[in-house]
Amino acid sequence: MRYALRRLLYSLPVLLVGSFLLFWAVRTVFDPLLKLRQVRDPSVIARETERLGLDQGILTQYWRWLSGFLTGDWGVSSRTSGDVRPMIQSALTVTLELLVWGLIFATLAAVLIGVWSAVRQYSLSDHTLTGLSYLGLALPAFWFGLMLIQVLAVWPQQMFGWSEPLFFFVGLSSPDQEPSFVDTARHMVLPVLTLTVGLVAVWSRFTRSSMLDALSSDYVRTARAKGVPRHRVVIHHALRNAWGPLITVIAIDAALLIGGLLVTEQVFSIPGMGRLFLDSLLAGDVFVLLPWMLITGIAVIVLNLFADIAYGVLDPRVRVT
Amino acid sequence: MTTASAQPTVVHKKRPRFWTRFSRHRLAVLGAVILAVLAISCYGAAFIAPYDQDEQDLLLGPTPPSWDHLLGTDELGRDYLTEILYAGQLSLSLALGVALMATAIGVFIGAVAGYRGGWVDDLFMRITDLFLVVPAIALLALALQGLGRNPLSIVLVLSLIGWTYIARVVRGQVLSLREREFIDAARVIGAKDHQVLIRHILPNLGGLIAVNVALAVAGAIIIESTLSFLGFGVQPPQTSWGNMLSQASGLIGTSKVYLLYFPGLFILITVLAVNFVGDGLRDALDPRSTSQPTPRRGRS
Repeated sequence: MRYALRRLLYSLPVLLVGSFLLFWAVRTVFDPLLKLRQVRDPSVIARETERLGLDQGILTQYWRWLSGFLTGDWGVSSRTSGDVRPMIQSALTVTLELLVWGLIFATLAAVLIGVWSAVRQYSLSDHTLTGLSYLGLALPAFWFGLMLIQVLAVWPQQMFGWSEPLFFFVGLSSPDQEPSFVDTARHMVLPVLTLTVGLVAVWSRFTRSSMLDALSSDYVRTARAKGVPRHRVVIHHALRNAWGPLITVIAIDAALLIGGLLVTEQVFSIPGMGRLFLDSLLAGDVFVLLPWMLITGIAVIVLNLFADIAYGVLDPRVRVT
Repeated sequence: MTTASAQPTVVHKKRPRFWTRFSRHRLAVLGAVILAVLAISCYGAAFIAPYDQDEQDLLLGPTPPSWDHLLGTDELGRDYLTEILYAGQLSLSLALGVALMATAIGVFIGAVAGYRGGWVDDLFMRITDLFLVVPAIALLALALQGLGRNPLSIVLVLSLIGWTYIARVVRGQVLSLREREFIDAARVIGAKDHQVLIRHILPNLGGLIAVNVALAVAGAIIIESTLSFLGFGVQPPQTSWGNMLSQASGLIGTSKVYLLYFPGLFILITVLAVNFVGDGLRDALDPRSTSQPTPRRGRS
């Protein structure tokens, strides 16, 4: 636990420096008063410059933003002229739903595939799954998503002449319907597959190799020799030990997962964090970009931390004090 | 004296072993052949492509694949295979440029950080920490928004953000190489730091570097196409596989959806081939990873 706290303290300066660099970069690239430049009256520009504090040094400006951020005043979006906090909150709610389902699905699929291939090493199914994981790694995710739409939604609809596709590919819920589990699931399938295709490919390979390590170890042989049933050995002895490294990899890939949101939400028009980032970036909306980076940064760090702790719980040998 | 006489024999022994080991990896050989064919047809598109670049047939318009146009034609009646081959020039060049540059930066920083240690190392580790926290694709989009979306800035930005992985790997290797006796020996006879790094450490990283270049090419092709799709890639009239895909991405559900299949397939095949070659290189160059391919060979 003390180790975890130290890690957390350690990453705070990284986040601070990162957010300052971002602030500086966005301020250099974009002109926050671009909309007003068309106004011929120089006093307007001067007044806005004064009001937003643009005449002060970049450090002062950054400090003003940071102290506001910490006290809950996140500023106003220059793109929509709305408060930043509710914007981020609603985007985050949407994204979290996608993210949680994605994580659950990707982990389950990766473990199932990995264990299956490890138990049946060099069988036909192992080789097939290996081949598929190569494919999953070589696909651009957005193209995979578009192909999924074509193959799983458009084709069946055209073939059977349905009035609506089996899997929806716009948004996460139907606007004119009561939210129901079936409706959500029909919206969720394609985005979750798109978001996780690369991760399932990597994680299943990883599970396979750490399962193989575990299966060839002495304690598994001992358990088998004692007469413990095979499926029990696989699940209770081998998988339990293979979990630890896998969780570390999952956490390290957290940033990758968040990056995948940009693509997935763009393909499926989901109003989450990924879309918010792209829209704000194109508009140079620094007050949205900064909290976005901070929140994703914190998410990544917390996930890493969680992985360290989980690793310690699953494998007491590596517990660090 | 001893090093001078020992080196040539090592080199002579290594050459044939590398090729036999690489050629035993059938997928890698297949990948290399595919890559060669792709590179020749893209860069030789002026001679190989069935039609001229930008040759339009407006009366024909968009047609699905046929014997006249193997991959069909686009809205302007241009032969799609020809378009793809020309676009491949930029895609492949960008990927190779990024891979070489990112690897060069990464090897330099990783080697110096690992060899020097101390504050240089600390600084370097903090910088890579920074990159780990922020999703790379978001950072890339941000930088390209600032620098403009031309091929040069794409290569620059992708390399400046992509060097951290190889740098970490190289640093780890150098940390262990640094403690070896031949480095001590070199230092004892008075070699300077840069001499040790270039003459003694760098040659030992050869395999690592080759594998990384292959993996980075694969990554760069995918990232370039993804950035194009998000609107931060190469801009028309320049064409790459990525922006051909992003232009066709609105055709889902229409009769012209075949325009979306082929650039993606070319990306898929190229990345697969590069990954196979990378695997082959790793197996052939790193003696420790032999356990992996052995059973594969046993199967065939």
